[in-house]
Amino acid sequence: MRAADALMESLKAEGVKHAFGIPGGANLPMYDAVVDADFRHVQTRHEQGAGHAAEGYARASGKVGVAFATSGPGATNLITAIADAMLDSTATVFITGQVKTELIGTDGFQEADVLGATLPFVKHSFQVTDARQIPEYVHEAFHVASTGRPGPVLLDIPSDLFRADIDYSPRTEPVELAGYRPSTEGNDKQIRIAAKALANARRPIFYTGGGVINGNASEELRELIASDRFPVTSTLMGLGAFPASGGNWLGMLGMHGTFAANHAMDQADLIVAVGARFDDRITGKLSEFAPHAKVIHIDIDPAEISKNVGAHIPIVGDVKQVLPKLTREYRALQTDSSRLDAWWSTLDSWRDQHPLRYAPGVDGEIKPQYMIEAMHRATGGDAIVTSDVGQHQMWTAQYYGFEQPRRWINSGGLGTMGFGLPAAIGAKVACPDETVVCVAGDGSLIMNIQELATCVTEGVDVKVFLMNNGYMGMVRQWQELFWDRRYSSVDMGFASPDWVKLAEAFGATGLRCDNADDLEATMVQALETEGPVLLDVRVAREENCYPMIPPGSAARDMVEAPEEVTS
Amino acid sequence: MEAGTPDLLKLEDLHVPGQLSGRKHVLSILVENKPGVLARVAGLFSRRGFNIDTLAVGPTDDPSVSRITLTLDGAVHPIDQVTKQLHKLINVLKIRDMEPEETVAREMALFKVSSAVENRAEIIQFAEIFRAKIVDVARRTMTIEVTGSAEKIEAFERMVRPHGLVEMVRTGEIAIARGSE
Repeated sequence: MRAADALMESLKAEGVKHAFGIPGGANLPMYDAVVDADFRHVQTRHEQGAGHAAEGYARASGKVGVAFATSGPGATNLITAIADAMLDSTATVFITGQVKTELIGTDGFQEADVLGATLPFVKHSFQVTDARQIPEYVHEAFHVASTGRPGPVLLDIPSDLFRADIDYSPRTEPVELAGYRPSTEGNDKQIRIAAKALANARRPIFYTGGGVINGNASEELRELIASDRFPVTSTLMGLGAFPASGGNWLGMLGMHGTFAANHAMDQADLIVAVGARFDDRITGKLSEFAPHAKVIHIDIDPAEISKNVGAHIPIVGDVKQVLPKLTREYRALQTDSSRLDAWWSTLDSWRDQHPLRYAPGVDGEIKPQYMIEAMHRATGGDAIVTSDVGQHQMWTAQYYGFEQPRRWINSGGLGTMGFGLPAAIGAKVACPDETVVCVAGDGSLIMNIQELATCVTEGVDVKVFLMNNGYMGMVRQWQELFWDRRYSSVDMGFASPDWVKLAEAFGATGLRCDNADDLEATMVQALETEGPVLLDVRVAREENCYPMIPPGSAARDMVEAPEEVTS
Repeated sequence: MEAGTPDLLKLEDLHVPGQLSGRKHVLSILVENKPGVLARVAGLFSRRGFNIDTLAVGPTDDPSVSRITLTLDGAVHPIDQVTKQLHKLINVLKIRDMEPEETVAREMALFKVSSAVENRAEIIQFAEIFRAKIVDVARRTMTIEVTGSAEKIEAFERMVRPHGLVEMVRTGEIAIARGSE
C-alpha cells in the first residue's frame, strides 16, 4: 500500500473521525490520500487555525485532535497551536510534511526543522526516516498524546516517503514504550494518609484544575466533595468540573479569582490540589502563598509535584482512579463534619460580603459582565463556550457559571489571542448538536478571523459573540493601572474593521448591538439564525476586570475595585 | 485529637523534604540510541535553567541504548525535579542518581604543558606522582594523560599551570556503581 494511504488507514485505526489542515508542496502526496480517507477533513484557512481547531475538538470531545500542515511555513504556522496544546495538556497529534529526504539539511525550498523548533513544547515527536515506520509511529503517537498527562505529539514525514510502497496492517496491540509508563493508580498508603489529613483539617480547601477535566473525573470529584462539606475552588482550566451552582463552590481562584477563593487558599490549613499545577497566576507572590497550609497534591505528572509549591502528601496517579479511593478512605474515617462549622461561617461571610460585582451600565450602556450574564440566559447556561485571551476571557470565566466539564474551552497556559474562533470550529465539529459560542475580544478575533471562511465553506455553525471595546482591553487595563495610563498600541478603535460587513463579506451573518436592553434578544436572534453569526457587541470601553491580584502581590492583597489599586 | 479516631494524623507533623542536597550529583542516564535524543536532553536542561557541569555520552553494551553521564550541582538545582523532568522524555529509559560512596567515577584529561628543558624533570615527576602518562613529547611541549576523579584532575592542573598550560581537554566524568549491582 502507498505509505500516504497507510497513514490514513493508521489514523482510521486510531478512531480518527475528523482532522483539520491545509495542503502544500511537501504534503501533496498525503493530501492525495485524504481524498479517499474514511474521515472528514476540515480545510482551515491558516495552519494555526487548524491547530487550534484540533485543540478545540480534543477539549470538547475528550478524543485526540488531529491537524495536518505542510513543511516550512505550514509547519511553523502550527507551532503556536502546538505550544498551546503543551501548556494546556491537550491530547493532539500534528502531522507535518517535510521536504524530500535528500533535501533535508540543505536549506531546501520550504524546509524548516520543525522537529527541532518544537522540541521544547511537544510531549514527544517522531521524525519518520523510513516509510515502514509510519503505522507504528502513528500508533505510538496516539498512545503518548492521550495517556498520562495528555499533550501534543508531532510526526514529521518527508515528502518522498509518502510515495513509498509498504506493507500495512492495522496496529491494535497495546503500545509498549520502555521510557513511558505513566503511573495511574496512586499509592494506597499515601491515599490513606491523605484521608487522615483531611479528617484532621479544620480549614481544608479543594483546589482543582484542568487535570480533573482531562481525566474525565468530574463525577468522582463531586462524589468526594459530597462526602463532607469541603469547599471547592478551581483554576481557569478546571471550570465546570464542579458546578458553579453547587453550594460548596467558592468560585474561580487566582489573578482574577473571587475574594472567597483566594482568601480561603490564604487561610487554609490544608490544600488538596487535584490536577492543578500551582501556576503563577494562581499563587501570586510565591513566597507568601498559602502560609498556613499543608498540601496534598494529586497529579498524574510526577514532575508537577513540588515543582512550585512543596507537597506534604504527594500522590502520583490518574485523578479518576485516585479520587474514588480517597473518597472511600475518607468515608471510612466517619469524621464529624461539625469541625468545619467555623470555617464555613468564615467562607460564607466572605461570599456574602465580597461577591463578584460591577457597576451596572446606565442609559443602555452594555457592561461586559452584563454581556456574559445575558449570554448565560440566552444560551440557557448550557453552551460550549470558547474564548480568546484577555478581559473577555476572564469575565466569561467569572460570570458564565459553568455547570459541566468540557463546556469551557480557552487558552489558559499559553494565553493565545486568536484561539477562540478556530477552537469553536473544532468543538462544533466534535459536537454538532451542541450550541457553540465563541466569546471573542476585538484584539484577539482579528488574529484568526480568516477562519470565518472555514465556518462558511465547511458549514460549521458557530456563533461569535464579540465583546468589542475597541481596545486590547487587558493590556490597556495594565497600562492604566500599572503604567500611569500611558496607553501604548492598545487602541483598536471602531473604524476598522466594520465587523458586520466583514462577517457578511465572508458569507456569514453579521449583527450588532449597542444597547443593553436589546442585548439578550439579539443574542437569541443570533443563536436562532442558521449558520455562522458574528455578533458585534459594543461594550463599555474602559471597564476593568476585577477582582485582581496585582502582579507580584500576595493573594491576600487582591483588590476588588479600582480605588484599591496602588501601583 | 478526637476520641474514637486515635490514628488521625496531625497536620503540624507533616513536612516537605528539602529540595536542595547541597552536593555534586552524578546522573547516569540510559537513553534510546536514536537521532535527536541528546538534543532533547540538552534542550530540557537549558529550557529549565539547569546548568550541566560535565557531560559524557557513549554507547553501552546494548547497541540500542546509549548512556549519558552528567554532573550537576545539587546546591543550586533540585535534583528530584531534574530527574522527574528527564523522565518525561519518552526516549529516557532509566536514570540513576549515583550515590557518591557507592560509585566509582572517573574522568580523563589531556594536558599540553610547555616544557622548557629546565622544567622537564619536574613535570615528569608530577606525572609520576599523579600516575599520569606522558603521551606526546615535542620540542617545547609535553602532553600528559591523567585519569581519575575530577578533584585529582583539578589538582594536577594546579601543579602544572605555573609551567605554562598550553591547552587542556577533559572528557567529563563517567561513573559506575561499586560491587555487583
